[in-house]
Amino acid sequence: MSTKAASAPAASPGAAKPVSYREALTQAMREEMQRDPSVFLMGEDVGRYEGAFKVTRGLLREFGERRVVDTPISEAGFVGLGIGAAMAGLRPIVELMTVNFSIVAMDQIVNNAAKVRYMFGGQVACPLVVRMPGGAGHQLAAQHSHSLEAWFAHIPGLKVAAPATPFDAKGLLKAAIRDDDPVIFLESEGLYAKKGPVGGPDELVPFGRAAARRAGSDCTIVAISRMVWITLSAAEELAKEGIECEVIDPRTLRPLDIETLAASVRRTSRAVIVEEGWPECGVGANLAARLYEECFDDLDAPIARVSSADVPMPYAKNLEMAALPQPADVVAAVRRTLGAR
Amino acid sequence: MTETDTTLLPPERPDAALMLQMYESMVLIRRFEERAAEEYMKGHIGGFLHLAIGEEAAVVGSISALRPDDPITSTYREHGQALARGSDPKRVMAELFGRSTGICGGLGGSMHLMDVERHFYGGYGIVGGSIPLAVGLGFAISYREGDSVAMAMFGDGATNQGVLAESMNMAALWKLPVIFFVLNNHYGMGTAIDRASADTDLFKRAEAHGMPAKQLDGMSVLAVYRGVLEAARLAREERQPSMIEARAYRYRGHSMSDPDTTRADEEKERWEARDPLVTFERVLYGEGTLTAETAEAVRASVETQVEEAVAFADESPPVPEADLARHVYAHPWSEDPRGSAVVPR
Repeated sequence: MSTKAASAPAASPGAAKPVSYREALTQAMREEMQRDPSVFLMGEDVGRYEGAFKVTRGLLREFGERRVVDTPISEAGFVGLGIGAAMAGLRPIVELMTVNFSIVAMDQIVNNAAKVRYMFGGQVACPLVVRMPGGAGHQLAAQHSHSLEAWFAHIPGLKVAAPATPFDAKGLLKAAIRDDDPVIFLESEGLYAKKGPVGGPDELVPFGRAAARRAGSDCTIVAISRMVWITLSAAEELAKEGIECEVIDPRTLRPLDIETLAASVRRTSRAVIVEEGWPECGVGANLAARLYEECFDDLDAPIARVSSADVPMPYAKNLEMAALPQPADVVAAVRRTLGAR
Repeated sequence: MTETDTTLLPPERPDAALMLQMYESMVLIRRFEERAAEEYMKGHIGGFLHLAIGEEAAVVGSISALRPDDPITSTYREHGQALARGSDPKRVMAELFGRSTGICGGLGGSMHLMDVERHFYGGYGIVGGSIPLAVGLGFAISYREGDSVAMAMFGDGATNQGVLAESMNMAALWKLPVIFFVLNNHYGMGTAIDRASADTDLFKRAEAHGMPAKQLDGMSVLAVYRGVLEAARLAREERQPSMIEARAYRYRGHSMSDPDTTRADEEKERWEARDPLVTFERVLYGEGTLTAETAEAVRASVETQVEEAVAFADESPPVPEADLARHVYAHPWSEDPRGSAVVPR
């Protein structure tokens, strides 16, 4: 195993009790707002309503309306406001109710947040965090089920985090808030209730460091966000047949810890990439290209990709299940990869 | 109704020193842009070059009414904003030339000037896109309980972008110290305002947000000065955002690549007859602030500044290619200038 890949971290002494991914995010914001008066939170229903997914519970009560700001439904407007405030030296956390609404704010994110440092020759920073949950699985159909990791990871100037565990949700969000660059923080709707250990107030998860979620020597599986859990259950299935998979979670897509991914693939000679987004020009396509560049000669089989089906998300439950990656899809992809031995 | 009255009384009336400074600033912008156009034709300036010739009163009148620490944002037609804020013409010209001595190190160009030391928060290339940034600057002032005022400067074209309504609503809702300054030059590129806006009285957009607004003669530097002075007072003292519409005209096409064949000569002549420089000169001569001698001195000084700026830009070194990825992130992960700026090595 690469020395860089953090293994599943032990709970810190201060936070022994397992907490949900949701509560881990709340803790991160509460601690950072306590630590730094320039941090404030804004978004739709983040205050009195305590967030559409209750991630901001208790924050209005503790920090007041100056620092926890309920916004109108104006995503482009308040993301832009956050960028301006960040240029002035504040550290805004902007919550978008879901990733789907980020599309309305894409001009602000791509043309302003990602560009102001560069195009003005380093005169200003943009220490902004835009948090948003994404993903499908709740029969929300075509417009409310996006996984847009690839869109954001495409853009130089942005950083992109996609935590899979409560520990990373907290540690990465704290790192994001302290970062001097704009961070797109992609939460997973399907993981908010997931429980696990979290770090203490000073435990940050650095960007650009992948985590090994499972050790194995037969095949590397790179899995993003919620797909880590789908993949781990697939890996357990495969282990029953004596196939041991190494599961690597990049944790951040920009910066990307290609070294840890490549080191694992060099050991196993096989790679499967699992993402919730679409297959065309997706995260998996990019990771496959990067891995081919890094370790083509070490591969014993073509890299396999598992993704959502190349369709808008359907409403019908059975079709939604068919469109989303399932453990069986991962098992099949690993078998296919091994069959090419 | 457009306010055209320029008989200002103290304290609204700038003193003689400020009037002269405003005049010099307007002459500088005019000459700087005329010279920039020449350098563009010689191939020394790339990309787009949007000139504000004809709009000097709106630019200088508004910025002169603010304090130097009041942050402003602008559009891609913003050489004048930088110069009016006191940015070094040498570094502005060097930016247009794409040189390392440019005000943004040659990374921004004509459309993306910024001088953060002078609280000029930049020129932006997407119509309307910079407006919420100014609201964010105003939010930061309010958050820190400061007493400065943010001004969003944008054109008539931006008033039909949804983000303006979003921005005005938030500024009004949260009582942010923001001035929405629309420089109405009557054209969105080649499309006349009455072909793009159902109601061409743009200041009325403020009414929907319960925000005071004024429509001013944007060819009169004093009318603009007085309007923005009042808007700044409202924002500073009463936390009341407002909107100013300054009606002006750009003499040249949308950019240097626009042959400007769709606007009628008669229309251009009508506006040019009210040239903001000539109009202001008349006021200054009339009251004795300007004499033929001082006017000549101003022109000579501006000529020297502009020629020095061109020479400086021309002699400046190119941007080192090693700097290609330098400002993508605060702390680059990679020395590889061919991208992958955040891939850990």
